[in-house]
Amino acid sequence: MESLLRLNEIAKNTRRLILEAVAEAGSGHPGGSLSAVELLVALYFYKMRHDPKNPRWNDRDRFILSKGHAAPLLYSILAQAGYFPIEELKTLRKLGSMLQGHPDLRTPGIEYCGGSEGIGLSVAVGMALASKLDNKQWRVYALLGDGELQEGQVWEAAMAAVKYKLDNLTVIIDRNGIQQDGFTENIMPLEPLNAKWKSFNWNVIEIDGYNFNHIIRALDRAEETINRPTVIIAHTTKGKGVSFMEWAPEWHGKAPKKEVLPKIIKEELGY
Amino acid sequence: MRTSYGEALVELGAINNDIVVVGADTTQSVKSAMFGSKYPNRLFNIGIAESNAISIAAGLALAGKIAFVSTYAAFIPGKCVDQIRNAIAYPNINVKIVVSHGGLSVGPDGASHQQIEDIAIMRAIPNMRVIVPADATAVKRLTHIVASTDGPFYMRLARPSSPIVYEDGKFEIGKANILRDGNDISIIACGLMVPEALEAAEILKNEGISARVIDLFSIKPIDKDTIIDAAKTNGIVTVEEHNIYGGLGSAVAEVTSEYKPVRIKRIGVDDRFGESGEADELLDKYGLKAKHIVNKAKDLMK
Ligand SMILES: Cc1ncc(C[n+]2csc(CCOP(=O)(O)OP(=O)(O)O)c2C)c(N)n1
Ligand SMILES: [Mg+2]
Repeated sequence: MESLLRLNEIAKNTRRLILEAVAEAGSGHPGGSLSAVELLVALYFYKMRHDPKNPRWNDRDRFILSKGHAAPLLYSILAQAGYFPIEELKTLRKLGSMLQGHPDLRTPGIEYCGGSEGIGLSVAVGMALASKLDNKQWRVYALLGDGELQEGQVWEAAMAAVKYKLDNLTVIIDRNGIQQDGFTENIMPLEPLNAKWKSFNWNVIEIDGYNFNHIIRALDRAEETINRPTVIIAHTTKGKGVSFMEWAPEWHGKAPKKEVLPKIIKEELGY
Repeated sequence: MRTSYGEALVELGAINNDIVVVGADTTQSVKSAMFGSKYPNRLFNIGIAESNAISIAAGLALAGKIAFVSTYAAFIPGKCVDQIRNAIAYPNINVKIVVSHGGLSVGPDGASHQQIEDIAIMRAIPNMRVIVPADATAVKRLTHIVASTDGPFYMRLARPSSPIVYEDGKFEIGKANILRDGNDISIIACGLMVPEALEAAEILKNEGISARVIDLFSIKPIDKDTIIDAAKTNGIVTVEEHNIYGGLGSAVAEVTSEYKPVRIKRIGVDDRFGESGEADELLDKYGLKAKHIVNKAKDLMK
């Protein structure tokens, strides 16, 4: 395992890579990318068994980015893990790029074509079923947006995961309180969210999505839990790390200008 | 186009209290929020839940409202063909589905957001009418017409703003508009492809070929007479931001093959998914620009 210090360093660098990639592309979704940085750092640099040199390794753990618009986050993580060169990030969203606006299987390390919200958890359930059928040890992780939980299909999948006792499935919810049109509790309230998942018979863990100790403990506990799936409700801040993007719905899907990027990276990220 | 749609909704809201609008977390983007800021109690934002939103619109319509429902074309009809079929088209009720971000011109978001099958899907559902306006004026007029014509509609807008096609103009459901006369060849297009068709006709004129340009904004019901007439030229080029299967080109070919067989070249997305890139780059790469229309038209003249 990487030291906490190292995880923090990777997280800081991830924020920088996200901002650079989105600014270079001139479009994309910084808010929901920045909000889940620590969660993905913990998955890829602490928890998951995977091999960047062998992305299709049969026994790897699978990660599903159901909120596919956070592609800049996933690409930044995969690049740092060694799936492809960091320089590729500059081609994000451009014609001919390996890095499509939303995740696409053409990219090494990508397991699922995200983009249309609400589908990923069902796909994760299917993968987890296959792992069980084959008596494999590999686990499935899925990151969902909180606004995404408004899709009915999520709850259909939630029932299925319990029926099949998918203790090899861990769902993380990026509970940043914001979706595209505004705040989740104004657009379509989700609370009481913990009670909803509990009533569906999931193992529910609530954490601070920026505290690596919390994240790591929650991921470990999920793996130890038997006979049912675990959902980790991670309390996060949309736009985390860039003060003017934090809690600001307008930064859901807007790129910062390239000209102001050096200033943001210096003043906001402390480089 | 989207702003024009928002303006039309606001106008409609003022003249008819029964107009209601249903959204799905994209109301700012598709501009139905303009209606919401004027008539907050008549806009229902259902969140990221398209099949729920469209079915709620059905309920509103069954209870006597004229329900507009709008989000990106990728997700309506993408997420809810069953609900559209069984809760809206089958009972033949007043739900007006108006989507934006149709076609490849969505751009950098990539294939997941580039809806290229919707015309085929919606055209295949009985009672559903399919409208693809070419510019902001057309959107404004057609939104009003769709509101005042009984029954379900599917109207598809594009994400980029379009060049002006209509200073003025008449719109009638089921009637195509001939924008430019010509007798050598006919170009039939819809949406953002109409300005490309007009540009192609200009280029062809300089090369001595006179091209008729037809805006087939009403893909269903379709204007058979205008198409049969076009079939009397040397051939027809159809152009659409849609898979070549099942869309405008197919609809035109259905008419000509039955009533007046003629050679047709269909321009569209050649049965593959799109990708990230700027709208214009994509239209160029996938062969949907004026120059591509010119080439096909010349082929037909041979
Ligand atoms: C089915 C579907 N409907 C609409 C959209 C458009 N859209 C993209 S992101 C987004 C909001 C996402 O909110 P949330 O799930 O909370 O993600 P986050 O806050 O983490 O960015 C919407 C509505 C989509 N991608 N998929
Ligand atoms: Mg959110």
